[in-house]
Amino acid sequence: MQESKSAIKKTKYLNPYLGGVLLGLVLLAANFIAGRGLGASGAIKSTVVTIVTAVNSQVAESSGFVSEYLDTHGGSPMKNWLVFEMLGVLVGGFLSGALAGRLKWKVEHYPGITSRKRLFMALSGGILFGFGSQLGRGCTSGSALSGMAVLSLGGFITMMAIFGTAFALAYFFRRNWI
Amino acid sequence: MGPLAINEIISENTNFFLAFIIGIAFGFVLEASGFSSSRKLAGMFYGYDTVVLKVFFTGAITAMLGMLFFSLFDWIDLDLVYVNPTYLTSAITGGVIMGAGFIIGGYCPGTSFCGASIGKIDALIFIVGLFIGVSLFGAGFNWWNGMYMAKFLGSPKISEFFGLTDGVFALILILIALGMFRVAEWAEKKFPREEY
Repeated sequence: MQESKSAIKKTKYLNPYLGGVLLGLVLLAANFIAGRGLGASGAIKSTVVTIVTAVNSQVAESSGFVSEYLDTHGGSPMKNWLVFEMLGVLVGGFLSGALAGRLKWKVEHYPGITSRKRLFMALSGGILFGFGSQLGRGCTSGSALSGMAVLSLGGFITMMAIFGTAFALAYFFRRNWI
Repeated sequence: MGPLAINEIISENTNFFLAFIIGIAFGFVLEASGFSSSRKLAGMFYGYDTVVLKVFFTGAITAMLGMLFFSLFDWIDLDLVYVNPTYLTSAITGGVIMGAGFIIGGYCPGTSFCGASIGKIDALIFIVGLFIGVSLFGAGFNWWNGMYMAKFLGSPKISEFFGLTDGVFALILILIALGMFRVAEWAEKKFPREEY
């Protein structure tokens, strides 16, 4: 019983190389259909621009961030490719989780730290990642992964900066994970 | 033929609909590969789980080769595909800040949506953080605009930068990836942990 349980545990995720090929085909489809790669942080930017514009149009008009966005994108910020794509990500993730029996409300954390600490770290990490994604013109999806697929120099540089920094800082944050 | 939307073979609304479908596939593959778990993602940086490296590089190479072959067969006009511009200063600083966010928060934006979709509360809180971070960047935009626009190099390809053809660069990258996969398999045996 114990053995069969651990055997199931080991195969609960897709083979990573197969997962990678499938991810590559999805990215290829995005480029073939829309002429652009995948992304994530762009959808958050669209939402923030929409909220700021709706709440206070004066702030929005004087904001370089909002006007730069509207200049380069045009149209309604929510009628945006990445916004539709990210809504799909929520549906796709949910479907995979449902099929694999992984749907569950929980705070996932290393047993050596409390849930409260994990949530504080998640919030801090999110703030940094959100800020960095704007400075770097895209996150792991839009800048690194999609940039690499079209051989963008900037994409490779951002990829190395993200993973290099995470490796370099791993020692200092090890108590959160191992 | 491709890109279909840019060559107006499909309408704008069809393109948005397909964005939703592509997103479903994207989210499904990420979740099925284990990217909904921050402990699995962070495992990359401690060697106990290298799924990030394997999926990420296999994905990038598959898409890169696909693009090169599609172009060879005249199925896609690469000149019409968006190539991320290179602003050297912000590409590096932004990447460094994101790397810190990754090891502290355990997610990146795409994977946090994936985690939230199956009920990970830490992923939801990470997303709250993302909104705060993006808003902070927007609020102080005029302060860091100089850095944001500095060292603009256009949209160079990495293959041009090294004076290689796209095909030769792709081959070298594949060889590097195969080497990294070997190291990854070794690390997982050396630092074993249970699966999350």
